[in-house]
Amino acid sequence: MAILTMKSIFIYGLKKDREQILEFLQRKGAIEVSDKLPEDIGFKRSDVSSTKQKLERNISLTRTALDILGSFAPSKGSITDVLKGKKEIEIEVVEQFSEKHEQTMNRVNRIIELNKQNAESHAEVLRLQAEVQMLTPWMELDIPMDFSGTKKTTAFIGTLPRPWTLEEIYQSLAEYLPLDVEIISTTRDQTCIVVTCLKDKADAVGDELRRMEFAYPSITFNKAPCEQLEHLKNQISEAESSISKAQKEIISYEEYREDILFLQDYDTVLSERYEVIGHLLQNKNVFILSGYVPEKEAKNLEKELNEHFTIAVEIEQPSEEEDVPVLLKNSSFSAPLEGVVEGFSLPNKQEIDPTPIVSLFYYVLFGLMLSDAGYGALMVIVCGFSLAKYSHSMENSTKKALQMFLYCGIATVFWGIMFGSYFGDLLDVVSATFFGKKISIPPLWFFPVNEPMRMLTFSLIIGLVHLMTGLGLKFYQLLKLKDIKGIFYDVISWFVLVIGGTILLLSTEMVQGILGVNLTVPAVVADACAVLAIIAALVIILTNGRESRNPFKRFLKGAYALYGISGYLSDVLSYSRLLALGLATGVIASVINQMAAVAAGGVIGAIVFIVVVIGGHAVNIGINALGAYVHTNRLHYVEFFGKFYEGGGRKFMPYDMKTKYYKIKENVKNESR
Amino acid sequence: MNLDSLGIVFAVLGAILAAAMAGIGSAKGVGIAGEAAAGVVTEDPGKFGKALILQLLPGTQGIYGLLIAFIALSQIGILGGDANLSAAKGLAYLFACLPMAFVGYHSAISQGKASIASLGLLAKRPEAFGKAMIFPAMVETYAILALLISMLAINGVTNLNI
Repeated sequence: MAILTMKSIFIYGLKKDREQILEFLQRKGAIEVSDKLPEDIGFKRSDVSSTKQKLERNISLTRTALDILGSFAPSKGSITDVLKGKKEIEIEVVEQFSEKHEQTMNRVNRIIELNKQNAESHAEVLRLQAEVQMLTPWMELDIPMDFSGTKKTTAFIGTLPRPWTLEEIYQSLAEYLPLDVEIISTTRDQTCIVVTCLKDKADAVGDELRRMEFAYPSITFNKAPCEQLEHLKNQISEAESSISKAQKEIISYEEYREDILFLQDYDTVLSERYEVIGHLLQNKNVFILSGYVPEKEAKNLEKELNEHFTIAVEIEQPSEEEDVPVLLKNSSFSAPLEGVVEGFSLPNKQEIDPTPIVSLFYYVLFGLMLSDAGYGALMVIVCGFSLAKYSHSMENSTKKALQMFLYCGIATVFWGIMFGSYFGDLLDVVSATFFGKKISIPPLWFFPVNEPMRMLTFSLIIGLVHLMTGLGLKFYQLLKLKDIKGIFYDVISWFVLVIGGTILLLSTEMVQGILGVNLTVPAVVADACAVLAIIAALVIILTNGRESRNPFKRFLKGAYALYGISGYLSDVLSYSRLLALGLATGVIASVINQMAAVAAGGVIGAIVFIVVVIGGHAVNIGINALGAYVHTNRLHYVEFFGKFYEGGGRKFMPYDMKTKYYKIKENVKNESR
Repeated sequence: MNLDSLGIVFAVLGAILAAAMAGIGSAKGVGIAGEAAAGVVTEDPGKFGKALILQLLPGTQGIYGLLIAFIALSQIGILGGDANLSAAKGLAYLFACLPMAFVGYHSAISQGKASIASLGLLAKRPEAFGKAMIFPAMVETYAILALLISMLAINGVTNLNI
């Protein structure tokens, strides 16, 4: 129910058994490998980077190939795949796979090559199409495009900007007659012409044409344009057929998709193993592996290792200075929130695992922010159904998330009933619009919309309890460290100050007026609280700078620490978001219901009503569940953890099978019968 | 012209300002965050879900604005009931709505900027998603406080006898 105790483990094995031992350890996934022993003359670490690089290259190639395969032949996936988790695979299949490895890798390379060909052919088609485009204005020309003239004549084939008429051209070139001008085509931007003149006047004609901004065409070839078009079209269809051939071949590899997926997992596992080999200390015959193992698995692991191999295993208590990794273990009620704690930071050596306490408050706060029985029930149904149906196969992380939202949903239902919110006021609206008689479910406690100040008071009380629990945990941590001074100066003094101050505030008329509570605090109690709070404040001023020697500095530091009381004030006020977000859910829900009710009336009205209600509430539950999740996290990370928790622990990263698509079944062939 | 006939105009103006300004702010915030989110998803489509959450964070101000507008309109009596208030009361409603309008507008844009930075964090360190989410959420605190004050003020004004 907390942080698991870690032990150091040293395994001494024979080099000939190395592969089997490492495979065994990887399948167990109980050890984190770390370099605890230095290299010396006999024992060296080997360099495995080249093998690892090769494996990593394979992995990235398979990923590319899978992407390509996915774009040509999308795999049929559904939402439930996430719930189903990884596919299980027999250990025999894994052992046989090494034979298929090379073949599959060749397929992967082939897919990538085909994709490249495909892309090249596509580019080729585009280029050819552009050429066809350029050819279109010249289609009427029946001589080759690079025709430059006969023995006695010179021909200019090219374009003039803007449309020209035949007369205009003849007029411009009138001096150089005899010549022949032919307009092949005219568009808004250009005129394609062929000018044929006598050879001795060619230069002059050329100059004049240039003055008219004559330009030679950008493409030239020794065929008549229509022949060239034919040629281009053939090339295009060739490229296109090569595209479809390549695509067909890629799609034909679809049947090997499973193999490729598996190859990726297989090489990932191998690469992980080589990583570990890099950490081993080895000489000619022996290797040493060092690392950490959770205490509760240590004995078992030692026994099994000794059964299977000739091996020596040493299990020790890690020393004080070591950076021992952290692994949390909690009851099934709290475990879903390990992720939330980890999202902040794992506990460091001097801290306790806050998960159990976090779980108590987390569900309650989430429920208060969403606070609608209908929404909560939906969450419970969806998460409960998924858990019931797929719990054996789904990933652990998915399972934890679903469990978390299941418990959050239960809390939401609870608060929804307390505050009388069932899809907002859906029942009231439906009964009033369709049956003409308003029925409403009364809240078990009160309607926050009608009494916001009461809800605000309640939110702040919850906040105060939450913060004081945080202080309580600090008390416990300091007690564990036997820091009695710290307990008095940093915990109890603050506790007295905050509680005393709160009672004092409550006794004033102004605060009572704001909160709308009528509380008579006896004068004696109020005075006692005042005295206690002042003493506590003095203690804080005098002690909270105790690490400084200089008395003046010490006093200033203490005074600054006392200023932290404003932090308590803002922390408590921060819990007003419980009211704000809770109201937001309820009020938006009733807005949706009212909008739907506007349309109601007759059959069509009823249909519109149902559509608006379903759509509106779907959006509302999405947005408000997100808001509740984010702000519950915030209240824990900022307000609650701020009181006692720093974190900074390193996560336990076991050496195991980090597969993505397949889960390798444990060796059950002997036990199953 | 009777000044009191303007009471309802002031009140509606307040409600509309709350919905409009907070809505505009959220639209801007979600918009700029969306641009960054699209960039992150271009690099890694697998981050779509997380990027979407970060993009949505500045969207809540618009909803709070809507909430205040709705509460105000229903208290004024525009949504059913009789809409008859004095000029003083109408102005009081207008001012009650202003915290949500101003804070909603500016906090949504600032939150959008914080979301963009967090999207950068998500792109580089996907495992720090929990932390990335908290930074924009810190900004939202002030929108929530404004929501709270506007809500309490509107409720208070309703009970006033002016």
